[in-house]
Amino acid sequence: MTAEFWIIQTFNGLSYGALLFLLASGLSLIFGVMRIVNLAHGSYFMLGGYVGLSVVWRTGSFTAALVAGAVAIALIGIGMERLFLRRLSGQTLGQVLMTIGFALMFQDLALLIWGGDPYTIPLPAALQGIVTAGALRFPTYRIFIIVVATLVGAALWIVLDRTRVGAMIRAAVDDREMAQGVGIHVPVVSLGVFALGAALAALGGVIGGGFLGVYPGADFEVLPYAFVVVIVGGLGSLPGAMVGSLLVGLLDNFGKALFPELSYFTLFAPMALILALRPTGLFGRA
Amino acid sequence: MLELSDLHTYYGESHVLQGLTLSVRPGEIVTILGRNGMGKTTLMRSIIGFTPPRRGRVCFKGDDVTRWPPFRMVEHGMALVPQGRRVFASLTVRENLEVARQSRTGQWTLPRVLELFPRLGDRATNRANKLSGGEQQMLAIGRALMSDPDLLLMDEPTEGLAPLLVREVGRVIAGLKREGLSILLVEQNLPLALSVADRVHILSRGQIVHSSGPAELMANETVKARYLGVA
Repeated sequence: MTAEFWIIQTFNGLSYGALLFLLASGLSLIFGVMRIVNLAHGSYFMLGGYVGLSVVWRTGSFTAALVAGAVAIALIGIGMERLFLRRLSGQTLGQVLMTIGFALMFQDLALLIWGGDPYTIPLPAALQGIVTAGALRFPTYRIFIIVVATLVGAALWIVLDRTRVGAMIRAAVDDREMAQGVGIHVPVVSLGVFALGAALAALGGVIGGGFLGVYPGADFEVLPYAFVVVIVGGLGSLPGAMVGSLLVGLLDNFGKALFPELSYFTLFAPMALILALRPTGLFGRA
Repeated sequence: MLELSDLHTYYGESHVLQGLTLSVRPGEIVTILGRNGMGKTTLMRSIIGFTPPRRGRVCFKGDDVTRWPPFRMVEHGMALVPQGRRVFASLTVRENLEVARQSRTGQWTLPRVLELFPRLGDRATNRANKLSGGEQQMLAIGRALMSDPDLLLMDEPTEGLAPLLVREVGRVIAGLKREGLSILLVEQNLPLALSVADRVHILSRGQIVHSSGPAELMANETVKARYLGVA
């Protein structure tokens, strides 16, 4: 084990954690505001990747793919919340079953439209290079992922912590009923948060499509990771999603590098331990 | 200002309000008394829209507002100081007040609320869960005022407060009345309730069993003993 191994693996873990943050921050926000356990969140990631793929094929523009993926999936999220989930407000089991129903339908739909072959979203030349520092080689694309996640995280933090809209969202997380009782249009806030969460997952899907690929089953492959991040960090907490993502990204990466045969163990054992000691997660509130 | 007619409210199968009728006239303080579990908080929840009545009518400022969502009630000029204060724990004091601001302009603004409760100004950047019980109560009242209401629903605003703070809340309520605010007050503290009220109703098992002015109730030992447990 050389120092290079540790640096590169840490870097890989951080970049994977950055991708997980895009996926999990939306899931956590949605749960915090609406108490919906959205099992279709992985589908937003996968569909975002597929939409991005089609857009790159048509236009050749990676930027257009990012925007189109996020917007298209935000619209799907808005439709799901407005037309279906809202009717089941407060019925946890009904909502969970409905979101898993949607997840399975999205899976079939993706198979029908894009077929069963795996694809990788072609990257613009600017992101294909490698940055070298001495003997160390860092793929530009992984640096790009870390930068995007950092910018998204900073933007989310500023909006949530520094604006009146952000305070309204946090008020709805604290006490949804009382938020309505002081005049906050909680249904509108919920819809906005749901759309934002779906868009972030899709953004993660397009970005992930350039490095993990886009393929059938990607939805249910990323979903457990997103849930581990959110549960470890604390449901509904943005700092929790940040720390949880980095922790899971690093654990998963070092687990696979050091003990490939135990990779699930190195991921889920710390989760069980954290939950046993802090049932609300690292940053969660009771 | 507020007219409730024949309200029936249920929690699941449990029939809590059983045909309740009462009114609050402009500028008036109406106090609801009664033992625990008699439906006082359910009454407040029915009016603001947290637990809409299954039958009956809620009229507010001449409009039938039955089963309106709570945020529309607030926009229409109603505000709630809920039981247990329910300040937003992770928001600062200032944010608690800011999120309750309504776009319509009126006499209650952030500076005026801070003038009424200077303590909240001192603690503007503290998170609400760091406040003492009395400060949280002031914040809950200030937050309700931020929407510049015509009618204030106050559900046990002195619950769990030290005697000195109870008197302070009493002074605030009397001051709000002088400003012309209409108030429907649920209160367990009999001296306070009687000192500020124009009219008093006693609630028992989801119905109004006694209505009078405060002085008459004060003199009526039978009713006090029977419904309020006052010897």
